[in-house]
Amino acid sequence: MAGEMMTGNLAAAWGARLAGVDYIPAFPITPQTEIVEALAEWCDCGAMPARFVMMDSEHSMMTAAGAGAATGARVFTATSSQGLLHAFEVLYSVAGWRVPLVLVNVSRALAAPITLEPDHNDVLAARDAGFLQIHAETCQEVLDSILMAYRIAEDERVMLPVLVNLDGFYLSFTREPVIVPDPEKVAAFLPPFRPAHLGFKASAPHALGVAVLGGTPYTYFRHQMHLAAMNALQVHREAAADFERLFGRRYDVVEGYRLDDAEDVLVMSNAFATKGRAAVDAARAKGRRVGLLRLRVIRPWPAEAIVAALRGRRAVGVLDQNLAPGLGGILVQEIAATLYHDPERPKAICSFIGGLGGKNIHEGEFDAIVARMEQAGKAGRGEGPVLLYTEAEHREMAQLQVLASASRADR
Amino acid sequence: MPWQRETFKKIKQIPREEHVLPGTSLCAGCGGLEALRLAAKVLGDDVVYVNAAGCFTMLAAYPFTPFKGSWLYTTMGSAPAGAQGVRDALDVLIAKGRLPQRDDLKVVVLGGDGSTYDMALSSTSGAIYRGLDFYYFCYDNEAYGNTGVQLSAATPYGARTTTSPCSLQHPAGTIQEKKDIFEIWRAHKPPYIATVAPRYPLDLAEKFARAATFTGPKLFLALSACPTGWLYDPGETPEVAKLAVETGLWPLKEAINGAVTHTYLPKRKPVEEYLKLQGRFRHLFEPTKQEEAIRHIQERVDAYWQRVTV
Ligand SMILES: Cc1ncc(C[n+]2csc(CCOP(=O)(O)OP(=O)(O)O)c2C)c(N)n1
Ligand code: SF4
Repeated sequence: MAGEMMTGNLAAAWGARLAGVDYIPAFPITPQTEIVEALAEWCDCGAMPARFVMMDSEHSMMTAAGAGAATGARVFTATSSQGLLHAFEVLYSVAGWRVPLVLVNVSRALAAPITLEPDHNDVLAARDAGFLQIHAETCQEVLDSILMAYRIAEDERVMLPVLVNLDGFYLSFTREPVIVPDPEKVAAFLPPFRPAHLGFKASAPHALGVAVLGGTPYTYFRHQMHLAAMNALQVHREAAADFERLFGRRYDVVEGYRLDDAEDVLVMSNAFATKGRAAVDAARAKGRRVGLLRLRVIRPWPAEAIVAALRGRRAVGVLDQNLAPGLGGILVQEIAATLYHDPERPKAICSFIGGLGGKNIHEGEFDAIVARMEQAGKAGRGEGPVLLYTEAEHREMAQLQVLASASRADR
Repeated sequence: MPWQRETFKKIKQIPREEHVLPGTSLCAGCGGLEALRLAAKVLGDDVVYVNAAGCFTMLAAYPFTPFKGSWLYTTMGSAPAGAQGVRDALDVLIAKGRLPQRDDLKVVVLGGDGSTYDMALSSTSGAIYRGLDFYYFCYDNEAYGNTGVQLSAATPYGARTTTSPCSLQHPAGTIQEKKDIFEIWRAHKPPYIATVAPRYPLDLAEKFARAATFTGPKLFLALSACPTGWLYDPGETPEVAKLAVETGLWPLKEAINGAVTHTYLPKRKPVEEYLKLQGRFRHLFEPTKQEEAIRHIQERVDAYWQRVTV
């Protein structure tokens, strides 16, 4: 079935629209703005029976979103980068309130230096806030993931907020064919939001987010959040099965590509995984047995699925589109820790860092990654972190530096 | 014509029923809690308090709450935005028929002066700008109380706090003047703003009754005489709270659609009488009396009343 051409941002807005959300507190930030603009328009013209409110900051936006959900409304909002960081304090509050709202993050690298283009330091900074995280590869997946996100978030076994991530520019402004699901089928997939334990009302007063004295209740409530997040793995399986039955598209917590006989496996996430697939095809054409594992759900961490996909491989290369200064890649740490206890763990784990600030990863670089994985696997010893940076990029940077120092000399 | 109370003329008219129950973990003699207790007599139980970090956060400490109504602790900087979310969601759910009208609640922000004057100011400004229908109850103890009495933008000139000590460089303690939050609110043109003090229960109750007739943002600045931060014996709270008003330092007033009325005209005792009761001003009297600092405080009060009563 052919879809409509639409950007990832518009697909996100459609996700919220089809989910029948009640309330959208918003604040603009590039590259997310198109999402809130579309929603503002639809609320205004009556296409969506929701209240849209422009807030004064993301900190306020996230608080209003959480409070609205705590009152019993189905809530959607979206942000990016600096905005996500500005809301950071409240992410923890909202997760602790156990409110099942959906937040879309359009990934964009963090200042300084200030930039508009994407990488994943913004969204990964939020990975321990108690939000579940789904990372989309295509515009279709953005829309579909929002519907799945509400279904998972609102499940009694979970009751946690979900963050759906899409890459700025690479998805936010790229038009792809997107099938807009039939609203009646969506209604069958996503039941109305009638939370049993949430809602401020005169007839059922209660206190939420209260102080606790001492570590005993604190530990208890935090651990409950952990268990709920882990429950989301099972709930995701059920949601994915129902989604596939109704819409014919299947989404798992991780996604394998040409893994069956792969010796070495490249691990990626988000939109750049599409480039990774092309690189796998190219390497396969040259006779190399390479495959790709895309991490789709990052919280809860799908440890079992990752071990199952990587067990017994020769080498694993993790391509992190983030940089933890003083450490290296973030995801490679989690992958390594996950594999450590497996007796058939791969012989080598390599860490690559690329795509920072939206920087492209060229074909040649993928060739180098594949070659280095093979080498590491044979040697039984991983390497990295390796920063992907080509000769041409070095030259380009040197030119910029010449210009910068020349303008200083001019003064 | 002097200001007339319409609903609460005699003390007997104040409801006897309690809506903030005793046994909280706040300090003995907390003037802010007394102001809240009186306010709640008018607000009733169909309320959700949206709280910002501060002393009052300890009112609801698991598994206890002194309220018969609801409570949401947010953050120090965004309680008004929390109020926005609750109010909007209640409106939407009622409009969609998912919540019966009788389940509706008054939404009340409960924040200290530090939150109100400083960190939550932008989120407050946003909420007023959007015309949010809510009450903002600020208990003003003139410092960051819960963290151990540090300087806030509500700390008055001459007070000593743990971060504005009286030193050789600053013998008077705090050298900044208290931020005029009443006027900051008034510039936003909300329908109702008032100051209240716990020792003036009829004035306080009357103002809450009047505010109830307005839809939109409603501010209450409640003097929160604070034995712990102001360093006096808890038993003296009534006297301290009273003198704040009688010396003219804490004017009782309201602004309806911007028009200000002083609801009580004190005879205006010398400010010294108020200052000397409190340890936070002791350095103004001992070891040597800082006449100039005291005169400065008196002159500021005189100038205020001159401006508003002419
Ligand atoms: C973002 C943030 N920064 C700092 C704090 C620490 N903190 C907790 S209560 C408090 C003092 C609040 O002062 P105020 O608003 O005047 O209320 P009071 O404590 O006097 O009741 C502070 C600074 C916090 N909770 N959150
Ligand atoms: S420190 Fe002051 S304001 Fe805070 S609870 Fe104690 S008396 Fe009340």
